[in-house]
Amino acid sequence: MPATSEQARLRAKTRLFTVIVVLSNVAGNSALTHGMQKLGDIGNSPLALIGTLFHPWVALGVALLIVWTLSHMALLSWADLSYVLPVTAIGYVLTALSGEFILGETVTAGHWLGILLITAGVTLVGMTSPATTSTEHIPL
Amino acid sequence: MKWILVLTLVTATTLGDIARARGMKNHGEVREFHPGAIRRALWALARNKWVILSTMAMAVSFFAFIRLVSIAPLSFAVPVSAATLIPETILARLFLREKVDWRRWAGAALIAVGVVLISQ
Repeated sequence: MPATSEQARLRAKTRLFTVIVVLSNVAGNSALTHGMQKLGDIGNSPLALIGTLFHPWVALGVALLIVWTLSHMALLSWADLSYVLPVTAIGYVLTALSGEFILGETVTAGHWLGILLITAGVTLVGMTSPATTSTEHIPL
Repeated sequence: MKWILVLTLVTATTLGDIARARGMKNHGEVREFHPGAIRRALWALARNKWVILSTMAMAVSFFAFIRLVSIAPLSFAVPVSAATLIPETILARLFLREKVDWRRWAGAALIAVGVVLISQ
């Protein structure tokens, strides 16, 4: 396969998995946080912590975070961590926007500046090639 | 308690991500997504020492995060969880030998500042 079409294939696959990673993470964390806040302070006992898994919102959050884990692992099987980490930070923007538009929280000037900086950072990193190492070059 | 959780969260997340990236690079690109191929990949990953280390670290990170959001506001917990961005980029360069060019450094820095602003 010529290098250019190989790069295009990897780029398209990276885009798709980035979307899955971001959406499952944002939705999973929101469900989990919502559930934990409903439960309040549960103390430090491991048993109480395991008990939280039976709360429906916590359970939904955990299920989505399992999707996140598997898609994140797949993405990291070909893409650099120094690419995946900043690019998936767009999730912070989605979390902020959903809080502001769905929950009706106020959007302050500082929030908009933060959204602008994150979006600029994600765009900048998104311009780089997703994979700069090849597996053969990594010693175990 | 709060700062113990913060330290645990940052350390475990960093270790978890670096070990996961290393383990998955050792595994090689996941190319097939039909159930049989996924089952085979999961079976191989369950015996990959980096992936095992990563999964244990991620479990610690997960419980530290849910404990933290139950005792501290999200405006505190979210920037803390993003504090791993810079150390992880440094480790990706040093330990994973990734080519981190100026756009990745600048991007990571912009995002770190942005996350703090967005959480206020």
